[in-house]
Formats: sequence, structure tokens, C-alpha cells
Amino acid sequence: MVIAKAPLADIWAWLDQVPDPEIPVISVVDLGIIRDVAYDGDTLVVAITPTYSGCPATSVIAIDIEAALRAKGVDDLRLETRISPAWTTDWLSDKGRAKLEAYGIAPPNPAGGPDRCPHCGGGDLERISQFGSTPCKAQWRCKSCLEPFDYFKCI
Amino acid sequence: MEKDQLFQYLLRFGDNTLVLGHRVSEWCGHAPVLEEDIALANTALDLIGQTQMWLGLAGEVEGKGRSADDLAMLRDAWDFRNVLLVEQPNGDFGQTLMRQFLFDLWHDLVLTELQNSAEPRIAEIAEKASKEVRYHLERSRDTVIGLGDGTAESHARMQAALDLLYPFVGEMSAPDEIDLAAHEAGIGPDLAEIDQRYRAALSDLMGEATLTLPADSFAHKGGKSGARHSEHLGHILTQMQWLQRAYPGAVW
Ligand SMILES: [Zn+2]
Repeated sequence: MVIAKAPLADIWAWLDQVPDPEIPVISVVDLGIIRDVAYDGDTLVVAITPTYSGCPATSVIAIDIEAALRAKGVDDLRLETRISPAWTTDWLSDKGRAKLEAYGIAPPNPAGGPDRCPHCGGGDLERISQFGSTPCKAQWRCKSCLEPFDYFKCI
Repeated sequence: MEKDQLFQYLLRFGDNTLVLGHRVSEWCGHAPVLEEDIALANTALDLIGQTQMWLGLAGEVEGKGRSADDLAMLRDAWDFRNVLLVEQPNGDFGQTLMRQFLFDLWHDLVLTELQNSAEPRIAEIAEKASKEVRYHLERSRDTVIGLGDGTAESHARMQAALDLLYPFVGEMSAPDEIDLAAHEAGIGPDLAEIDQRYRAALSDLMGEATLTLPADSFAHKGGKSGARHSEHLGHILTQMQWLQRAYPGAVW
């Protein structure tokens, strides 16, 4: 029996349902780490780029992607790591940015800091630490509502 | 560049990030405030991630089937090629951040140049690592300025840290046979030129931090050649490699 290869658009849609293990409101596609999806003969090749070189979520993401695609019947599968061009927060999708903010994480901003407080929208903000709970985040605080929040570092 | 020279050259980058990453990770749970604890742990994590790329490539170049893990966990002190600076003990928080700054400044300059390396796999790793190191440098620089130009106590501690660590600065940019071969092959930067830029930037920053660079430019060497590591490296390895030595081949 010959099983038709799943169309690439379907693959992208399935990948868009795989959550980032550390920030589960956005998908691995939103995060911009899926760099390419293509067939090499009958083998589906998914190219993934790490966010930070030591990010412990990277290996979990690879396992989750493999499991999600196998569950959809993709058996002939190869994951490839691609480090160049290096991941940039410019690759976050608009949908992902909006979801981050709704979740309470200020999206990255080229100015080097958050635009506004993700809780109250206030603009009087201060940085608490250049680093945060995961490699991709920094800690900030809103001086209007006094709440601390995560800011997704812009790199 | 000979294959063995390229292997040694790659070990230098991978061992620098491995040993410094391990040192910085020793702060985990001990930093003066939670935010700094997290910052140190994240810095260590980036460095260990970079180690996987450098040592992974080193193992490929060597061609004997050794993985990044094999190289990190199963070599003894004399086979390590990190500079002496990164194996120096943490001391107090100021000393740790001074060591970090002295290394970050050099690391950033070198990684920027390595992005144009004639060896594409080196250029790729440098491109990735450079973004992280730029961020480390921003933090270590701000902290050194803040503590140097801070209270009498913090100033005195930062000056003591600088006096202690300055003799380890010279090794990083003192080119040897391998550095020269890498530069000639278009693979690595001209370290003499890096040294000039490093010293200019260092002198500016120490001015801002109100710290005085020691007049004596004597440099301890022997780390990146492997000829003479300090006594500290062996102690690091007993902790870092303990599990693989006690339970060979253990995996998660
Ligand atoms: Zn607010």
C-alpha cells in the first residue's frame, strides 16, 4: 500500500499545534524556529534552529515535533538542526507576539525594552534583571500597577 | 592549517566556554540576590551550549569518533586548551564579574571576527554565539562599572579583583603557532590586532569604573597550549567529570 505524502501546508498546520514547552501559549511555528519543511525523496525533513545554544527546551521540542508528526502518520521523518542564520526574535509571528502579551509576557522590541506593561498597558517601566526564568526572557516591573513581568529579550 | 592544529584551535574555544560555564554554574543557588543567581545560571547555560557546538565540531575534525561529551568528560587536565583566566576561582561576586568582563570583552571581539572565517562551520557557530556573548558583555560591563564606581567597599573589592586577574589577560591575545596558522589560513583573526582593540576598550572602561589598570603587564601563560594549567583546573575536573568517571557511559 502506498500512503500519499502529506501536503506541506498540512505539515505546517500540524507543527503550529505543537506548543513551546516553556511558553505553551505559542507554537514552535510562532517561535520562528521551524526554518524549513521539505521532502527529500519520501523523507520529510524538518529544519529546526535553536533559540539559545544552551536552551534545555531544544531537545524537548525535537521530541514533541517528532511525536506530533508521527501521530499524524508521518513515519519517514528526519529532523535537522540549522544554526545559521542565527535565530532572531524578528522571526516571532504576529500571532505569537499577540499571544505572548495576552499571556503576560511583553513581546520583544528593537528598542531594547518592552513597549508597555502586559498587565495594565502602562508605559512607566523599569528593568529588574537582564535575565529571567528562561534564556529568552528578562525581568521587568511596571511602576504603575507595580506588577513584575517577563519581557521576551530582543535578539 | 594542519588537521591537528585545527582540532587544537577548536578545543581552545570549546574549553574556554566549558570551563568558564562550569565555574559560573558554581554560583547556582549562592548568588547575593535571586536576579543575579538567575543571570549567572543563564550565562553558564549559554556557555555550555556553545561548548556543545565547539567541541562537537572539534570531534568531527579530529575524526576519531569522539563526541562533545567524550571530549568534555573524558580528557584529563593536560589535554585541556582553555586560557588560564577562565579556570581561576570565583572569589566573591565582584571577582566573578570581573573575570567574566575580562573574558567577555575578548570573546566578543574574537567571535565578531570569526563570523568571517574561511571555515564555514566556525563562522556559523560564531554567528550564533556572538549574539549571546554580546548580551553577556552588556551585563558584565555594567556590573563592573556599577561596582567599581560604587561604594568604598565595592570599589576596593573590584580593584583587588582586577589586580588579581590582570596577569591572566595577556594570554588570550598572545598569538602562538596555532593562532598564527589559523590567521594565515583565513580561519581565525589577527590576535595582535584584537589585542590593541581589547586594551583600548579595557582602558576606557576601567576609567569609567574608576579602577586602575596594574602597571606591570606580566602575563601568565600555558593554558591554551596545555603546557601549564593552574592547580585549579584539576579540581574543576574532579567535580565536573565525576559522574562519567564513576559510572562510565551513564546517560539520562
Ligand atoms: Zn502595569
